[in-house]
Amino acid sequence: MAELSLHQLTKAYGKTEVLHGINLGVADGEFVVFVGPSGCGKSTTLRMIAGLEEVTSGEIHIGGTVVNNLEPKERNIAMVFQNYAIYPHMTVRKNIGFGLRSSGLPKADKEARIDEVAALLGMTDLLARKPSQLSGGQRQRVAIGRAMVRDPSVFLFDEPLSNLDAQLRTQMRLEIKKLHQRVGTTIIFVTHDQVEAMTMADRIVIMDGGHIQQVGTPEEVYRRPANAFVAGFIGAPSMNMLAAEAGPDGVRTNAGGSIAMPLGADFGKRAVTLGVRPDDLQLTDGEGLVAGTVAVCEPLGPETLVHIDTAGGEVVAKADGRHPPKVGDTVRLIAAQEDLHLFDADSGVALSWGPRT
Amino acid sequence: MSAVDMPASQRPTTEAALAKPPRRPANMGQIIRWLLLFLGGIAMVMPIVYMISTSLKWPHEVYNINLIPEEPTIENYTYVLEDGRFYWWFVNSIIIATVTTISNVLFDSLVGYTLCKFKFPGRQIVFIAILSTLMIPTEMLVIPWYLMSQSLGWLDSYWGIMFPGLMTAFGTFLMKQFFESVPDDFIEAARIDGLNELQIWWTVAMPLVKPALAALAIFVFLGNWTAFLWPLIVTNSVEMYTVPVGLSGFGDEADVAWELIMTGAAISTIPTLIVFLVFQRFIIRGVVMAGLKG
Ligand SMILES: Nc1ncnc2c1ncn2[C@@H]1O[C@H](COP(=O)(O)OP(=O)(O)O)[C@@H](O)[C@H]1O
Ligand SMILES: [Mg+2]
Repeated sequence: MAELSLHQLTKAYGKTEVLHGINLGVADGEFVVFVGPSGCGKSTTLRMIAGLEEVTSGEIHIGGTVVNNLEPKERNIAMVFQNYAIYPHMTVRKNIGFGLRSSGLPKADKEARIDEVAALLGMTDLLARKPSQLSGGQRQRVAIGRAMVRDPSVFLFDEPLSNLDAQLRTQMRLEIKKLHQRVGTTIIFVTHDQVEAMTMADRIVIMDGGHIQQVGTPEEVYRRPANAFVAGFIGAPSMNMLAAEAGPDGVRTNAGGSIAMPLGADFGKRAVTLGVRPDDLQLTDGEGLVAGTVAVCEPLGPETLVHIDTAGGEVVAKADGRHPPKVGDTVRLIAAQEDLHLFDADSGVALSWGPRT
Repeated sequence: MSAVDMPASQRPTTEAALAKPPRRPANMGQIIRWLLLFLGGIAMVMPIVYMISTSLKWPHEVYNINLIPEEPTIENYTYVLEDGRFYWWFVNSIIIATVTTISNVLFDSLVGYTLCKFKFPGRQIVFIAILSTLMIPTEMLVIPWYLMSQSLGWLDSYWGIMFPGLMTAFGTFLMKQFFESVPDDFIEAARIDGLNELQIWWTVAMPLVKPALAALAIFVFLGNWTAFLWPLIVTNSVEMYTVPVGLSGFGDEADVAWELIMTGAAISTIPTLIVFLVFQRFIIRGVVMAGLKG
């Protein structure tokens, strides 16, 4: 087990820089998830940590030593790939034992270790099978077993669940989390799925465009997004973003709605983006923050997603599933002060005010 | 209302579903295609049939076109097998074809793997240079090869016969293309697990391209087994001949002993059959994909 840190890490392919100075500290035993849209540099970062990609500049520390110039095998990490990368010509036992080939352990110890890992993953019965005789979830478990068998100091996962169907994904998500609680090894897990990130992580690293946008616990990134990108990326359905103007007493949206907010005198008059999550919008009979006509309703059972056409664009709200508004209804929506997020209209940086400091 | 009380027209059409689809009349195009294939098959089999037939004939009957020998004899076989020369040629050919096959399977795949999976400056140029040698026919190369063998003292030796074919551009190209189907993840996973590059090639990549290796082995073995021009030029002594070179000289100057040549040829097809039967087992498609997403 080991802590890991990245210092001003950059990566360029030819002249194109794809990572622009990544700084991150990961504590020993922590479960950190990198999340972000496709192409934002998650895999590249992970592969540099693994030693599969050369570092353009900056430093990677694992367990206190700089590993920039170490071969992958000298870093004592293990990686699980999206396509599992288990060898079709070897049995499950051989596949799991593959990581021990260069360990120098006596054969009996190796066998014992394989059995131990197989038992931990509940696949003792499958050891004699070939990968072609396994289901997708079982193959992924073999890949995890192969990573575990060496008892590495850091586990790296690159979108390991994206090839599984939705149900299996949920199940494996839980299994990996349990596994982490049991073995306690540092894990860095890459995904583009914010639900996976929220449910598994001790801390989430949200990336976009080769930059880290925010690092925080799931709670923090959900409650206090650092900028409009994080606010829109975390949480489903996405946060509604309304162009607005802020003054000392409150905010007036460009579409005409307004809400009183104690922003304070030094806040000044400025253009902002007002963010409010669908869950935080309520139907109201009084003066609303936004008003419009219901365009589409998506019943989810306990609640219904209501898509509303407003003067400021489409707004999504969650309504009680038992009494949803009907398509064509004119509705007005309101939100509680403390559920409102303000972002600078140009930079998207979150502006602190009252409850959001 | 159950299915039985329904008027016949509304009953689920079980009979219709069970009835075999009407047999399509074979159309003209299909008949012509079969006919052509059949003729092609005959054209391919005839030489073999004649080879065997001639090998069972007495010399006086060789120029008689009949397929069934009037007085079949195995005299030719006894003669050829007891003749020490044929035995030597056979051993020579076996050694040469086997060594060349092993060499090609190892080195073509090693180079193909490197060209496929490693990014290094000049990679493309090396690949194009290798490919471009495919455009030079053997006939143009035998003279330089001969001069080279002469000055290096390789004439009339195994090494002299084998050296031009120990690696082939075609084999390298074939293997490079097949290694493209081995996912990089497999290689990187092995790298993380601590294998060195040579171990990765041997334990991970090679087993995944077995079908290609088998095809290459068949090509190379057959190619060398039947090679004629270069072995003829580079060998002088009868003991160094390969089967094709030796057979072509069976008989004396005035009289070509066709029945003996055909006998030798018939015997020499046996190793090629064995090679084909052994290696074609490995030509099973889809092995590589089985370890990836299901
Ligand atoms: N080998 C490469 N050569 C050039 N560009 C690359 C290479 N690998 C990745 N990139 C680029 O780097 C960026 C980050 O890629 P990646 O880390 O794979 O993103 P993701 O977050 O989806 O895993 C992308 O814009 C991608 O196009
Ligand atoms: Mg990726």
